[in-house]
Amino acid sequence: MKPAPFTYHAPTTVDAALAVLAEVGPQDGRVLAGGQSLLPTMAFRLARPAHLVDINGIAALSDMRNEAGELAIGACVRHAAFHRPVSDGPLGKLLSAVVRHIAHYPIRVRGTFCGSLAHADPASEWALVAATLGATVVARSRNGTRKIASDRYFKGPLMTDLKSDELLAEARLPLLPGDTRLGFYEFSRRAGDYAIAMSLATFRVRDGRIVEPRIGVGGAEGVPRRILAAEQALAGQTPTENAFGGAADAAAAAVDPMEDAQASAGYRRDLVRTVVHRALRQAAL
Amino acid sequence: MTVEKLRVIGQPLPRLEDPPLVTGRGRYAADISFPRQLCMRVVRSTFAHGRLKGIDTSAAKAAAGVFAVWTAADIPDLSPIDFREGKIERLEPFRQPVLARDRVRYVGEPVAVVFADDAYLAEDAADLVTVDIDELPPLLTADAPPGEFDAGRSTAADVVKQGYGDVDAAFRRAHTVVELDLRIGRHSGVPLETRGAIARYDAGRDVLELHGAAKVPHRNREALARMFGRPLAGVHLYEGHVGGGFGIRGELYPEDVLVCAAALRFGRPVKWIEDRHEHLVAANHSRQQRHRIKAAVDADGQILAIDDEFFHDQGAYLRTHAIRVPHMTCGILPGPYRVPAYRAVGHVRLTNKTPAATYRAPGRYETTFVRERLADAVAAKLGLDAVEVRRRNAITKAEMPYARPLEALGEEIDYDSGDYMGLLDAALTRFEWTKTQAGLTRRRAAGEAVGAGFALFVEKAGLGPTDGVRVTVDPHGFVEVVTGSSSVGQGVETVVAQICAETLGVDYRRIRVVHGRTEMIEYGIGAHASRATVMTGSATHVAATKLREKALAVASELMQAPADTLDIVDGMVVRRDRPGGPSMSLGEIARKIAPTSKTRGAHEPGLSVTGWFDSEHQVYPYGAHLAVVRVDRDTGAVAVERYLAAYDIGRAINPMLVKGQIVGGFAQGLGGALYEEFRYDARGEPLSVTFADYLMPTAREVPRIDIMLTEDAPSPRNPLGIKGAGESGITGVGAAIASAIDAAIGKPGAITELPVTPQRLKDILSRA
Amino acid sequence: MTAKSDLTLTVNGERHAIRVEPRRTLADALREDCGLTGTHLGCEHGVCGACTVLVDGEPVRSCLMFAVQAAGKDIRTVEGLAPRGSLHPLQQAFIDHHGLQCGFCTPGFLMLAAGVLAGQPDISDDELLDVLSSNLCRCTGYENIVKAVRAAADKMRPAR
Repeated sequence: MKPAPFTYHAPTTVDAALAVLAEVGPQDGRVLAGGQSLLPTMAFRLARPAHLVDINGIAALSDMRNEAGELAIGACVRHAAFHRPVSDGPLGKLLSAVVRHIAHYPIRVRGTFCGSLAHADPASEWALVAATLGATVVARSRNGTRKIASDRYFKGPLMTDLKSDELLAEARLPLLPGDTRLGFYEFSRRAGDYAIAMSLATFRVRDGRIVEPRIGVGGAEGVPRRILAAEQALAGQTPTENAFGGAADAAAAAVDPMEDAQASAGYRRDLVRTVVHRALRQAAL
Repeated sequence: MTVEKLRVIGQPLPRLEDPPLVTGRGRYAADISFPRQLCMRVVRSTFAHGRLKGIDTSAAKAAAGVFAVWTAADIPDLSPIDFREGKIERLEPFRQPVLARDRVRYVGEPVAVVFADDAYLAEDAADLVTVDIDELPPLLTADAPPGEFDAGRSTAADVVKQGYGDVDAAFRRAHTVVELDLRIGRHSGVPLETRGAIARYDAGRDVLELHGAAKVPHRNREALARMFGRPLAGVHLYEGHVGGGFGIRGELYPEDVLVCAAALRFGRPVKWIEDRHEHLVAANHSRQQRHRIKAAVDADGQILAIDDEFFHDQGAYLRTHAIRVPHMTCGILPGPYRVPAYRAVGHVRLTNKTPAATYRAPGRYETTFVRERLADAVAAKLGLDAVEVRRRNAITKAEMPYARPLEALGEEIDYDSGDYMGLLDAALTRFEWTKTQAGLTRRRAAGEAVGAGFALFVEKAGLGPTDGVRVTVDPHGFVEVVTGSSSVGQGVETVVAQICAETLGVDYRRIRVVHGRTEMIEYGIGAHASRATVMTGSATHVAATKLREKALAVASELMQAPADTLDIVDGMVVRRDRPGGPSMSLGEIARKIAPTSKTRGAHEPGLSVTGWFDSEHQVYPYGAHLAVVRVDRDTGAVAVERYLAAYDIGRAINPMLVKGQIVGGFAQGLGGALYEEFRYDARGEPLSVTFADYLMPTAREVPRIDIMLTEDAPSPRNPLGIKGAGESGITGVGAAIASAIDAAIGKPGAITELPVTPQRLKDILSRA
Repeated sequence: MTAKSDLTLTVNGERHAIRVEPRRTLADALREDCGLTGTHLGCEHGVCGACTVLVDGEPVRSCLMFAVQAAGKDIRTVEGLAPRGSLHPLQQAFIDHHGLQCGFCTPGFLMLAAGVLAGQPDISDDELLDVLSSNLCRCTGYENIVKAVRAAADKMRPAR
């Protein structure tokens, strides 16, 4: 299980990286950040990139900061950076709650937030967070910068809108209002395994009723997404078990679940109901 | 040896094996390298079944760093690998060729090998080998109609049968018949170290060396000597550190033969280290059986007869074990119960999957699941308590020894000692079974899906027929015990050292134990079938006793005191009646009778003795497992809340090691019950090819378990009363957890298949 | 095959000058090029953790890094856990508590524990279980590994 040969590039500035990518990207060149998803695929020789552009040496990409109501996360920010809340308020809390579900500690030391988005595994927790909260992906190339909204970014399992010469330089998550309720629930076979289904639910409560619900489901379909039918079922309801059950049922009915070696479509559909319900329950606590 | 005197045996002493292992100084197969070695890489079939039309190796041969590429045509003289126990002519056609010739029969079957300067280049070149295969439909179910193995031969390789008594008459007069259809999923040992083999031909001595051996080095040495037409003295096997065996490692596989053939032909060392992807499709699978079993019982739930027909999914070929596992399955199924009439018929069916063989408690994990499900079903059908059904059927202590006209591993099954209900009752008491059940009833009433179950089983251990060790004291008083045993990580060195220390009277830390080295001792049957402590331990006891006698005989002359007034304490010969008086070290005694010593007298030179232990019969330890599980009805996930493994060990030489074996076995049993499965798609493509698909429990999934060891029934078959423990933790897990899940979901008999994955359980729950 | 390049790995405080292709994993470089075979390969796809080493103090799966990426970093392997002739409290604890059988997963667990305990000496039992569920063991069933690490952690904590 040794990787196939590749030419290695280690630029030290963003501009240098973009210049290399412009040339090697279209020739089966890939960006190497954490490598925790890429290297296993290379070990199985399912991926045989001819070029690897290692961006770990670019200091500017390790930046993370609050800016204009968003959390801007640079390409080399590791999962481990989120172990402790990176900001006061619900978003920081959410990210540190979700990060515990990502693989295991040593993977989180190297793997990156943006790398997860670039890889776009349907079971990626960060991808679900991005889709549910409406993140913006900032793609840079030698030709300029593109900002891609999350609902246009995820195209399919392991498929995104990124072009071969683009670097996912930054992801931007909206900071959440202080009274946002959050819940996250993931079902997997063992600790740290890929999610077979997971849900991220956020809402606010005004006059005892739910407003601005966001119900995202991941791991169940080819891409993570908000389930509008479930949000509609929930909006304006009082936060009760009944309401949560109704939203969960709506989510289960609305999804088109994947069928794979891990789970049948029918079972996944049942799981969607459960994970949405449990995420909502958690948000209500 | 009286119990009161024991100071070392029975103590949880730290292991001699540990210091190099915790400091990263172990020597596993991958750590061994020789100058000028070539790395071998196997090209494997990507089709489950097909006709091999041609293999193009030209691009591979021309690739960087490649020395040679072989296909079957390059090894015409290499026969398929023989069965370990000898010739069975009718089964020989089903042996696996070292490299595929005209057909491939499973994804992963070796079709070619590349030899290159390093592992990276070898893998690059292997990718360039193109294999032309005409796909044939795969046969993926053992109980489907057989297919064609080759011209004129079907995939119904064999039928094993064992039985006694008039089964049909028993069913005719039965009060009730209980019938079940049960499946155990395909899974296996999957040790953390993959396989490896490094062959080197020492031309200077004309010796073929194979490093990376394990489990049965002497047997494999014989087999290799025969295959290559070499004298036994011209083949030696070397076992270094071994990263787990579990029955999988140590059999002679095609890759072992290939590295030897290459080393001989090329005159260069050849190293092969398996990768994990290969391991999951190439190393022995196990366990997969489907049983259609029925019991005839009387009105009191006493079994009158058991009639079992099962299909054993052998995979593509018969490997070194031939049909031992299905044969054992037939013999061991009745377990602890009196079964007046019995019939077991096992269909050994070849399928287009990785070949199967032994995995820890082979035949027993499977039959314990089957038999205990049956006993639970009898209880449910007759409205009897499940424990009571066991009581009515279990063989009692008074009936021991208890023989049945059944066989396992070439011996008639003859239980040596045992108090099955005594153990189960003690386990139930320790578990607070009644109180537990009451609590679970309350929790169920409150809406939780929780339940308790148990399983009772008999194990087998101490496979003979013979073992011998040589114990030597060197001139400085250090002791060496040379055994023909093997270490797969279980602590055999420590156990042997403890026995030697106790018997001889020396500190166990001054004892070096050698194993897995065919050039150091001519005979050995390795370590498997939980035999090491029983056989090697007993032989050590015999040898150490003789050595002690010899030392005291010499000391008695030198100290001018009768031998029976002398004792050996901490390596010093002392007079029992004069503590603090004159003494002699064992080292001195060794010097006194060294070959060139003038004071040797009539004594045989050297303080060294070989001791043998013969055993006509295996021993039969036994156990009971109790479990409480909680089911998540929404997801189908199962969590084990409590678990007790009770086991009668006969005598525990090192209780810490015994418990370690049980906990480790439990974790594997849990894997087989809930997580692990080798699955295939409709084309025969294996789906469990990474550690993300083949799921082994982590520390989160394995609960802490309670262990109850009893020494109530020491075996009368060896001087220390030892039974073996290597397989005891795993045997009952599938059955106990299935039983507990039934109770948790309130559906007796619901679990008929392992592993109980969340999806399968959810399916069961949704069927009204 | 691509061109090899020279790089220096600093392992256990010693510099190793090696010449490897970019695709050479850190695990293979440590084992084959630096001769430090204490780090083991159990799966080569980042799941089992047997290959865990410390890179700049943090546990990392060395099969998921290329050697070229580790230049200039402080790498610690099991061979460097304690000075020769002595045992780290974790190593002693594994012996005392029978935390190993075949020993193949042991270096990975030792380095994982060493790295995590250095950063979180007061780690709770639940968090510790989370961390230890990162690595696979096939022999011990984990109980004694957990006990050993807990015992070592208690010993290593600075006295109050």
